[in-house]
Amino acid sequence: MTAQEIHDILKSQFGEAILEAKLENVPDPFIKIQTEKIKEVAEFTKSDDRLQFDYLMCLSGVDYKGKLGITYHLYSMTHRHKIVLKIEVPTETPNVPSVESVWKTANWHEREAYDLFGFNFVGHPDQRRILLPEDWEGHPLRKDYQTPEFYNGMKVPY
Amino acid sequence: MTETHLHAIKTSTGRTLRTEEMVVNMGPQHPSTHGVLRLEVVLDGEIVVDVIPHLGYLHRCFEKHCEHMTSYQQVIPYVDRMDYVAAMTNEHAFVVAAEKLLKIEVPERVHYIRIIMAELQRIASHLIAIGTFGIDMGAFTPFLYYFRDREKILELFEMTCGARLLYNYIWIGGLSHDIPPQFVERTKEFCTDFKKTLKEVNDLLNYNEIFIKRTANVGILPKDLAINYACSGPMLRGSGVDFDLRRDDPYTLYNKFEWDVIVGKGEMGTVGDVWDRNIVRQREMWESLRIIEQAIATLPEGDVQKAVPKRIRPVPGDAYGRVEGPRGELGFYIVAEDSVTPYRIKARAPAFVNLSVINEISKGAMLADLVAIMGSIDIVLGEVDR
Repeated sequence: MTAQEIHDILKSQFGEAILEAKLENVPDPFIKIQTEKIKEVAEFTKSDDRLQFDYLMCLSGVDYKGKLGITYHLYSMTHRHKIVLKIEVPTETPNVPSVESVWKTANWHEREAYDLFGFNFVGHPDQRRILLPEDWEGHPLRKDYQTPEFYNGMKVPY
Repeated sequence: MTETHLHAIKTSTGRTLRTEEMVVNMGPQHPSTHGVLRLEVVLDGEIVVDVIPHLGYLHRCFEKHCEHMTSYQQVIPYVDRMDYVAAMTNEHAFVVAAEKLLKIEVPERVHYIRIIMAELQRIASHLIAIGTFGIDMGAFTPFLYYFRDREKILELFEMTCGARLLYNYIWIGGLSHDIPPQFVERTKEFCTDFKKTLKEVNDLLNYNEIFIKRTANVGILPKDLAINYACSGPMLRGSGVDFDLRRDDPYTLYNKFEWDVIVGKGEMGTVGDVWDRNIVRQREMWESLRIIEQAIATLPEGDVQKAVPKRIRPVPGDAYGRVEGPRGELGFYIVAEDSVTPYRIKARAPAFVNLSVINEISKGAMLADLVAIMGSIDIVLGEVDR
């Protein structure tokens, strides 16, 4: 199925929640979704017979300076097609519905995004830091991140 | 420790023994974790109740570093250090993503050499995976055989680019330089010699009665669960999913060659058990050899530096490129702004994703089986922690 057809299905199902789409002249066609709706869209893309996006390839946080975004790369093992979904949230209130219940693989990806970007995944069963120490302060992949001078009495910048 | 009484055990004198769950830390310094990984294991006697992995001991801020480069090409040596036993594959994955972003077409010769390197690397990586897995299972000999032959592959790499492990060989748009004249002949020799070892070790290890007893019906990963956890590579194919990116989402010229995708069939037990995952790796090496031999025989001429850009400044946008690495789907998500520096790079490491399923497949197993399950996932901590 082409990106255009996937977009049309989502548009007819969710209407207003589909904010924007860029389907041509980009390496990966993407559809921008309203943040609050991402879990419903995710559930729909997985369960709909025409789409069957059962494989979440990657979930990446991005800091767009002023707002944070998440990119979901989806793939369907049955139909062998793919699509990219994107959402954006303000940096001050980075609340995103968790898609962990849809794709289990999102569990660690979301923990990583929380760890490095400071998203708050609403409904995540186990939102802990994963790569950094549990008592680390701040979220290093944010563009305005300042490396702390000391961590537990140890000098950080070398 | 929790104070729950799991089940009452009566002694011969009629007394009731107190039993309770116990928490054992496996790692971070433990040979079977293949690196610095800590597993917090909750045990009921010898039976595993819960496994909680603690990562990050080898976190080197790869993604943060990438945002502070002065060029896209500079990322490649960093990429090498992610999965340090399959550095060629990492480079390949990164350049596939970058070339997708930059819309670069590389010459056919570059494709062929990349395929040869990627497949040699796959063999080298599987040799470590199976060799160390054998050690975990108590078989020491295959490890020695496999490391001897892995060394021959490393010599081929050393001959090509001067480095044994971290190559910086595959560049965006091409290669750092062409293969040396004697490479073709030496690779042919290697392929012929290596088949003997493969057959020998296959008989020695995979069909050994003790090995089968240890691995069959252990750590079963069902098909649906594997897809839901986005497992990839031998992990996914061991569970009976006929999926290989080289064939199903072609990123280079693999469709020019004849080879088969190996799938676990549950020959010794259930589909998706530890034995299946191991045999998928074993048989994939034969397929890699087939690909290498065909690629070597039909290697086209050309300039490998022809498409290498002098200066890389992509159009703002993003791209996700993925390749089939030895451990599975290795992807790079690159976000570019109008600059020579990458704005954001996310590495989708297969070992990281595959490891996340460990709790599901270890529940109810014996503690000793947990070692088998860990070995069969084939993690490289450099890639898990990045």
